[in-house]
Amino acid sequence: MAEKKLTKSDLVAIFIRSNFLLGSFNFERMQAIGFCVSMIPALKKLYKGEELKSALKRHLEFFNTQPFLATPIMGIIAAMEEQKANGADISEGAISGVKIGLIGPLAGVGDPIFWGTLRPVLAALGAGIALTGSLLGPLVFFIAFNVIRLATNWYGVMYGYSKGTQLVTDMGGNKLRYLTEGSSVLGLLVMGALVAKWTTVNMPFVLSTYVASDGKQVVTTIQTVLDSLMPSIVPLLMTFICMYLLKKGLNPLVIILGLFVIGIAGYAVGLFA
Amino acid sequence: MTTGTLILLIIVAAISGMGSVLDEAQTHRPLISCTLVGLVLGDITTGIILGGTLEMLALGWMNVGAAMAPDAALASVISAILVIVGHQSIGAGIAVAIPLAAAGQVLTIFVRTITVFFQHLADKYAAEGSTRGIEMCHFMGLLLQGIRVAVPAALVGMVAGTDTVNALLASIPEVITRGLQVSGGFIVVVGYAMVINMMNAKSLMPFFFLGFLLAVFTNINLIGFGAVGLICAYFHVKSLARELNSGTGGDNTIDDSDLM
Repeated sequence: MAEKKLTKSDLVAIFIRSNFLLGSFNFERMQAIGFCVSMIPALKKLYKGEELKSALKRHLEFFNTQPFLATPIMGIIAAMEEQKANGADISEGAISGVKIGLIGPLAGVGDPIFWGTLRPVLAALGAGIALTGSLLGPLVFFIAFNVIRLATNWYGVMYGYSKGTQLVTDMGGNKLRYLTEGSSVLGLLVMGALVAKWTTVNMPFVLSTYVASDGKQVVTTIQTVLDSLMPSIVPLLMTFICMYLLKKGLNPLVIILGLFVIGIAGYAVGLFA
Repeated sequence: MTTGTLILLIIVAAISGMGSVLDEAQTHRPLISCTLVGLVLGDITTGIILGGTLEMLALGWMNVGAAMAPDAALASVISAILVIVGHQSIGAGIAVAIPLAAAGQVLTIFVRTITVFFQHLADKYAAEGSTRGIEMCHFMGLLLQGIRVAVPAALVGMVAGTDTVNALLASIPEVITRGLQVSGGFIVVVGYAMVINMMNAKSLMPFFFLGFLLAVFTNINLIGFGAVGLICAYFHVKSLARELNSGTGGDNTIDDSDLM
C-alpha cells in the first residue's frame, strides 16, 4: 500500500477554509462544523468509506478557541491524521485529547493578544484618523489587522503540521506564559495611554469668577481645577467604575445607556459641553 | 434610492453580517462597515467619520469564549444608512446605534440557536460520509448571519430619507443629540474597562498607570507607546523567566531565544 501523504496544496486548502472557521457558530458545539469543514481537504485525501465517516464524526465534536490560533491545532491534527491513515497507532481518543487539551491554552494566549491588544490598538489608531474624515483611518486598521491575521493563520497551519505533536510538548513549557504576560504588559500600557488620550470630558461649569489684582478676569471652572490636579482624572475614574460594574455582571449595554443618560443630563444642566 | 444602490447596500450589509460571526476580516467593525455603506451611498466621508465615532463606542465589544458582545454589524449598517440618506447628524447616528446593537445581539443569538439544527444535520451527513453535506450546513449558518443584517438594511434602505423617517429623526430634541455627542467623548471607557477586565492581570496594573501618566504629561504618539510597551514587556518577561527558573532550582541562565 502506497504511503498516504498530504501535499502543500492540501495544507493551503486548510488555510483557506480556516478563514471561515466561525461561519456556523452555534450554542451547542460552537465551532465544530467549521473545524470539520477546515479539515475536510485532508480527511478526503487520507480516508475512504467507513474510515472517512468516522473521521468526519470525530471532528464534529465540540470545538471553541480563539479563531486565529485554531490554525496550529488544524496543522497538528492534519499531521496526526496522516500518521493514523498510514497505520500508526493513534486512537480517536488521542486525537480528541490533543484538540480539547489545546483549545483552552490557545484561547488564553489569543484573547489578550488579538482581542485585548492588537484590535483595540489598531482600531483606536484608525478611528482617531477617521474622525478627520480621512480614508486612511479605515484602511490602516483593515490592512494592518488582516496582514497580521492572515500571516498567523498561514504559519499556524504550516508550523502546526511540520511540528506535529512535538508542538504540544513545546507548548507545555513556559513560552506560552511569556507570550501571554508580555502581550498583557503591552496591552495594558497602551490602554492606559488611550484612557488619557482618546477620551474627551469637558466640564466648563463655572465655580467662581473674580477680577485678579492685575485687572484680568479669572474664571475657575470644574475643568480648570481638575486639570491643575490631574488631567484626564475623570475618564480614569469612569474606567474603574465601569470595570467594577462589569465585574458585578452588569450588561455593557446597560452601562453605555447609563453613561448616555449622564451625558444628556450633564449637557442639559451645563455640567458637560 | 435606485434599485442598483439598494442591491449594493444589501451586499455590503450581508458582508458585514457574515463578518460579525466570522470575526476574521473585521468587516463588521463600524470603521469598515460604515465606510462601505458610505461608499455605496455616495458619501464616503460621512461614512468614515460615523465609523470612527462608533468604533470608539465599540472598542471593547468582543466575543470571548461563549460570551456575546453587542452587535456592531447591525448598529453600523443601519445608522450609517439613516445618517447618510436622511442627512442626519452624527449625534442622531449614535442615538440609533445603541438600541440597534442590542437588537442585533438578540438577532445573532437567535441565528446561533437555529444553527444548532444544522449541527445535527451535519452529524447525519457525516454518518453518510457526505463532505458536501457538511460544507452546505456550514455555509447555511454563515448565510443566515448575512441575511439577519441584509434584510433589516433593505427595509431601512427603502424608507430612509422619506419625510416620515426624517421627521421622526428630527423630532429627537437637540439636548439629546448634543448630549449623546458629549457622551460619545467618554463612552469608550466601557470598552477600555472590558479589555482590562479580560486581561485579568492585577499584578500588571502598574503598566496601565505608567501608560496613563506618560499620556497625560508627554506628547508621545501611539507608535511611541507601542515601543515603550514592547520594552516594558521585554523586561517583565525577563524577570518572570528569572523567577520561574530560580524556582525550579536548576541552572539560572536565561536563554534569550525563549523570550521571543
